[in-house]
Amino acid sequence: MSTNQIDKGREKSLPLNSQSKILELKNITKRFGPVLANDNVSLDVIEGTIHGIVGENGAGKSTLMSILFGFYQSDNGIIKVFNKEVIINSSQKAISLGIGMVHQHFMLVPTFSVLENVILGNENGSILSKNLSSARDKLIKLSNSFGLEVNPDALIQNLPVGMQQRVEILKSLSRGAKILVLDEPTGVLTPQETEALFGILKSLKEQGVTVILITHKLKEIMAVTDFVSVMRNGKMVSNLVTQNTSTGEIAELMVGRKVLFSIDKKASQPGDTLLQVSNLNLTKDDGHQVLKNINFHLKAGEILGVAGVAGNGQSELLDSLSGILPIKEGSIKIMDQEIFSQNEMDPKEIRKLGVSHVPEDRQSRGIVLPFQNRENSILGFHYLDKWNKGIFLDNSKISSYLQNISEQFDVRPNNPFLKSANLSGGNQQKLVLAREIDSKPKILLVGQPTRGVDIGAIEFIHKHLIEMRDNGVAVLLVSVELDEIMSLSDRIIVMNNGEIVGEVLSKEANEKDIGLLMAGVKS
Amino acid sequence: MSKPVTLPRWIDILLIPLLNLLTAFVVSGLVIAALGENPFFALSVMIKGAFYYPGSLGYTLYYTTNFMFTGLAVALAFHARLFNIGGEGQAYIGGLGVAVFCLSLDHYLYSWIVVILAIFGASIFGATWALIPGYLQAKRGSHIVITTIMFNFIAASLMVYLLVNVIIEPGQMSPETRDFKNGVGLLQIHKALNFFGIPSTATPLNLSFLIAILASIFVWLLIWHTKLGYDIRTLGNSETAAEYAGINVPRTIMIVMCISGALAGLVAVNEILGVHNRLLLGFTAGYGFTGIAVALMGRNHPIGIFLASLLFGTLYQGGAELDFEFSTITREMVLMIQGLIILFSGALAYMYNPIVEKILINLIGKVKD
Repeated sequence: MSTNQIDKGREKSLPLNSQSKILELKNITKRFGPVLANDNVSLDVIEGTIHGIVGENGAGKSTLMSILFGFYQSDNGIIKVFNKEVIINSSQKAISLGIGMVHQHFMLVPTFSVLENVILGNENGSILSKNLSSARDKLIKLSNSFGLEVNPDALIQNLPVGMQQRVEILKSLSRGAKILVLDEPTGVLTPQETEALFGILKSLKEQGVTVILITHKLKEIMAVTDFVSVMRNGKMVSNLVTQNTSTGEIAELMVGRKVLFSIDKKASQPGDTLLQVSNLNLTKDDGHQVLKNINFHLKAGEILGVAGVAGNGQSELLDSLSGILPIKEGSIKIMDQEIFSQNEMDPKEIRKLGVSHVPEDRQSRGIVLPFQNRENSILGFHYLDKWNKGIFLDNSKISSYLQNISEQFDVRPNNPFLKSANLSGGNQQKLVLAREIDSKPKILLVGQPTRGVDIGAIEFIHKHLIEMRDNGVAVLLVSVELDEIMSLSDRIIVMNNGEIVGEVLSKEANEKDIGLLMAGVKS
Repeated sequence: MSKPVTLPRWIDILLIPLLNLLTAFVVSGLVIAALGENPFFALSVMIKGAFYYPGSLGYTLYYTTNFMFTGLAVALAFHARLFNIGGEGQAYIGGLGVAVFCLSLDHYLYSWIVVILAIFGASIFGATWALIPGYLQAKRGSHIVITTIMFNFIAASLMVYLLVNVIIEPGQMSPETRDFKNGVGLLQIHKALNFFGIPSTATPLNLSFLIAILASIFVWLLIWHTKLGYDIRTLGNSETAAEYAGINVPRTIMIVMCISGALAGLVAVNEILGVHNRLLLGFTAGYGFTGIAVALMGRNHPIGIFLASLLFGTLYQGGAELDFEFSTITREMVLMIQGLIILFSGALAYMYNPIVEKILINLIGKVKD
């Protein structure tokens, strides 16, 4: 209760006319066993507005929306849609009430056309052709009236991500959605696509559709929403009018303390070239060329950022550099060691050269989820003599090592025997980072260091990356978060469709130019 | 957030399996009642038959030994997420390993040397038989389930051929080798007990039981206390993480299959070296397949496997007694009980979790209030 009173003054400024409330959630409580995912959460959404919901991972945003969409039932509390109390026990019920949901991961069939996807689940009987033609008319009418142009016959797999998202939105609208919930919609978009999405959201608003936008990017909240609700630890901490607040204030409410946004860093002092990539090509088994003639170098004491929309070859680049994918064409020179197709090195050997790797997907690569923390603290280094006593692993030494690095890197809870699956995303990432940094590498490869990580941990991780750089480590940073690339890197290369399409010094970089490069518009 | 509740460990490894087991026995009891017999009486007959009557315990532990070997074999492979269905064939070929060493050397070397060589022979032959599917999986991507099943059939055909045409004792009708020289074999426990003045009935229980216990300790140490075990578990839980960590995946697969096959091959030590003293057809009698159920029930942990093996050993021995005692109950009843146990503790292993979870949360809630 007390948390709700923080912004009482501001709440009064909300036009709380019950006439205009399209959605009311009152005292929603949801418990998963001993975990209180939603604690007495209330939310009012006013018709025809864009309402942002922010909060860190695990704050309860997704749970709340899942309750709204009928995936879960709340233990307590009521939901009112159009001033009428309703019970939503399935997604069909939610749809029939006019609630639409665009998930973070699109729920589209890639081999189906746009039209087929739009009527999926709403086929009206067993004969498809009749429905298809009427659905086509409806789709064209909808897309005209909202300015959402799509080709009804295009296959989803051939459409860019931004278009696919459009199809998701149309799918919801075609079911008569009056309230549209978008869950982290910009995660996979270029800055330009994000702009376009915001344009769409604004035009939806003009047509009277209410939009609920779930995100962790505060810039987007400021750019597009009318109201913003902040969640923390399962509670609704504050409801604000967007134009009366600031990113700093929202961040503070989210985290519960002050957050530093600007990253303090000195000018870099690049040393010797430690990594040299020459003419690297990679073609996958299906004939798709994922790396095209990659050339770049990386010096000691600098951070080289690799920008690009996810899936443009960055993952394959990291995998090639760390030895997971064998080099077929071209070469990589790590200090004095040249690696090429006749002289392959596996990840173990590359690690021995002083290359550490924080992988993009920590849950499938960086840690083994069912392992205990202490076991994960030596993954990739477990063959080293220091962890073995004769033929046996030195388990007590490994335990105390884990406690040691958890202390240094603030991994919580600091418990050697806890399964890593039970750590939060941020703490899993800190564990991986701790292990890789503690191996005292010369070159550090980092993929998506802050994906799914809470703000507090992001700050911490960024600080450590800068510290590594200042200590003369060569850091290669791959991230789809352009802000992260721009604030951490000294130089930036941009990848599109497997190619390096541009290189800029970060002090000269601006978001728009990089965005165009990412989209492959300018070369 | 939407994290599923983790139950306390004792519930997961003790209470739930016991509930599953109880359900299997209740259903079995209903079937026995439907046959017109008293299920409680049947249960008492079974338990007496497995533990109480003279010599029954020896038989029970003798069966247990076989299940321990095959259970450990399946469990070890499963830690690397390899489903070794080939325990049956590996055990069978293990028998060939015993026979090769015993038949060729028993007249030339000391008996105890021959016995040690034969034990190695069993494991090496079993390992080799598992290595081929392991190689095919690691290097060729042929699915281990398919290849190990095929290798069971190949092993069976090979043994028939060899026993009928090659190593059969000349001048005799049944497909068996000659007996090994007297003294080439493992000490049977009742002989040892009688030697120390403890009178006991003759049973097939022999020193292999101790080998099985040593093998359990070996597997436990290997999996949780060595580099190789770390590799195996990493591979089993996440192949992508294994690649990331620089673990040589094909090599690890082949090593795991070798050790798994060696463990299965040790069944031949119990059967051939401990009991029959000659190689004969079909001595594996399905132990390799039951090992899958044993590993499943034992949650792939050596202690669990010991308990599960003891249970299946009890069923084997006590089931024979059921057959003997009741005219309406045949030995196949044991298969049904086994089936129900596998159904409830394997396929429906998590049936009770939500209920137990709810009860537990209510209890905790009440305590807190």
